[in-house]
Amino acid sequence: MSVLVISEHDNAVLKDATLNVVTAAKALGDDIHVLVAGAGCAAVGEAAAKVDGVTKVLVADDAAYEYALAEPLADLIKGLAGDYSAVLAPATTSAKNVMPRVAAMLDVAQISDITEVVSEDTFVRPIYAGNAMATVQSSDGIKIITVRGTAFEKAATEGGSATVESIAAASDPGISSFVSRELSKSERPELTSARVIISGGRGMQSGDNFPMLERIADKLGAAVGASRAAVDAGFVPNDYQVGQTGKIVAPDLYVAVGISGAIQHLAGMKDSKVIVAINKDEEAPIFQVADFGLVADLFKAVPELEEELGKVGL
Amino acid sequence: MKVLVAVKRVIDYNVKVRVKADNTGVETANVKMSMNPFDEIAVEEAIRLKEAGTAEEIVAVSMGPQQSQETLRTALAMGADRGILVKTDDELQPLAVAKLMKAVVDAEQPEIIILGKQAIDDDSNQTGQMLAALLGWPQATFASKVELADGKAKVTREVDGGLETIEINMPCIITTDLRLNEPRYASLPNIMKAKKKPIDEKSPEDFGVDTAPRLTTLKVEEPPKREAGVIVEDVAQLVDKLRNEAGVI
Repeated sequence: MSVLVISEHDNAVLKDATLNVVTAAKALGDDIHVLVAGAGCAAVGEAAAKVDGVTKVLVADDAAYEYALAEPLADLIKGLAGDYSAVLAPATTSAKNVMPRVAAMLDVAQISDITEVVSEDTFVRPIYAGNAMATVQSSDGIKIITVRGTAFEKAATEGGSATVESIAAASDPGISSFVSRELSKSERPELTSARVIISGGRGMQSGDNFPMLERIADKLGAAVGASRAAVDAGFVPNDYQVGQTGKIVAPDLYVAVGISGAIQHLAGMKDSKVIVAINKDEEAPIFQVADFGLVADLFKAVPELEEELGKVGL
Repeated sequence: MKVLVAVKRVIDYNVKVRVKADNTGVETANVKMSMNPFDEIAVEEAIRLKEAGTAEEIVAVSMGPQQSQETLRTALAMGADRGILVKTDDELQPLAVAKLMKAVVDAEQPEIIILGKQAIDDDSNQTGQMLAALLGWPQATFASKVELADGKAKVTREVDGGLETIEINMPCIITTDLRLNEPRYASLPNIMKAKKKPIDEKSPEDFGVDTAPRLTTLKVEEPPKREAGVIVEDVAQLVDKLRNEAGVI
């Protein structure tokens, strides 16, 4: 049977998170449809049609979907879901908002944040902040799934030649409306797709010290992240947060600066390929997962790092 | 206005969770249990609504074994007015919890329901959204700011790229994110007073709700262990290793 992927986009660009979900969907079926629900989102539909493995793109272009409000979007997906054995979406804030609503309307469970497809009804997902991995089997007719992006490769953005079909909007329940958005403006890559991330923790002492990390980030083409402690202390906004209740990342290189390594933080970054820890406390748990540890005062080490990177031409 | 808050008893967030040797779950015997941290934020937000004169009554609801009553007592000690315990020793998955919550809502008729965005045990992040769907109510998840006026809730939400503000009709569902507030500690006099506050005990059968799990846990395993690496002497050696050994910069 066919599988439906809910795309992540901003009405102009198809987000990479969708590509990881397409890969997960391939393990569930070879007839993969992608839903692009938005307003003025034709370009996203075209991009989705080119993704390798996608056979059909459904475009619901309507003002009701411009901001992905849960109420109208869930109604739309619910109406489509009956034709599919599984509906998958990335574990982004947008899909995490909508998908459980869809699942309850269909009277099925949701399988959150899967990291592996074992078979068409069996999946692996982290629990307890990733301190345990549960293998769960679903008895529902339609599987509603969110996918942890870092656990699946990205499908190629070329190679597909899916048909694009316009579909009608579902009726808008009209009980919610969009007011405004304040998105962090940054020239740096997004945390969840960055190849390199440099994160600061409580040890940074103040938000005023984060530009130190930003300079390193600019040399490495990195994104800047933070631990929950740094967010709680008000150093940086919440969308910087890496961890159990923030973003899950797995870059090639993760540099943890002044982060002790609480299990909730490790949950968000321990699948990174190479981990560097800079911390003055040699007992800090972060060193137990770091490939390269530097026991040093970060206020001395980070400027030195900037200088050393300069020496090698970065 | 009546506010309903949902509170879950979970393994305390400071506990290092261990997988059972027989791979059926995680060790819960003799482990410290606490209220799910996001639910503490939900209770706090409800209390602030009452203190501001917006809410008249706060009803805390918990589901699970008898010991969940302790979690309800914590909510009562913080400032909730009364508790409802839906008692069961069976496993309750988010869809079943949402159905039971709906039954409680039908009886209690609150105007706002505040829940934590996710429980730190199963990390599902589903119950609030599912309850909203079953009630046909609007939802504002991952809230960092809530303002009520003219029968509507204006809620700022934590989203991947920053913040988003939406307006939803009441009655409504709100799920809490970290920065919504800082929950208070219950004072000793309030802990004593909470012992006298009423807790109504129900069972899933009272509501006629089928709570059978839809997901069967086949096994629970340790995640792959990450080996500790090496301690470098200085920044120069670190950069050298990242370039020449790991090849990541």
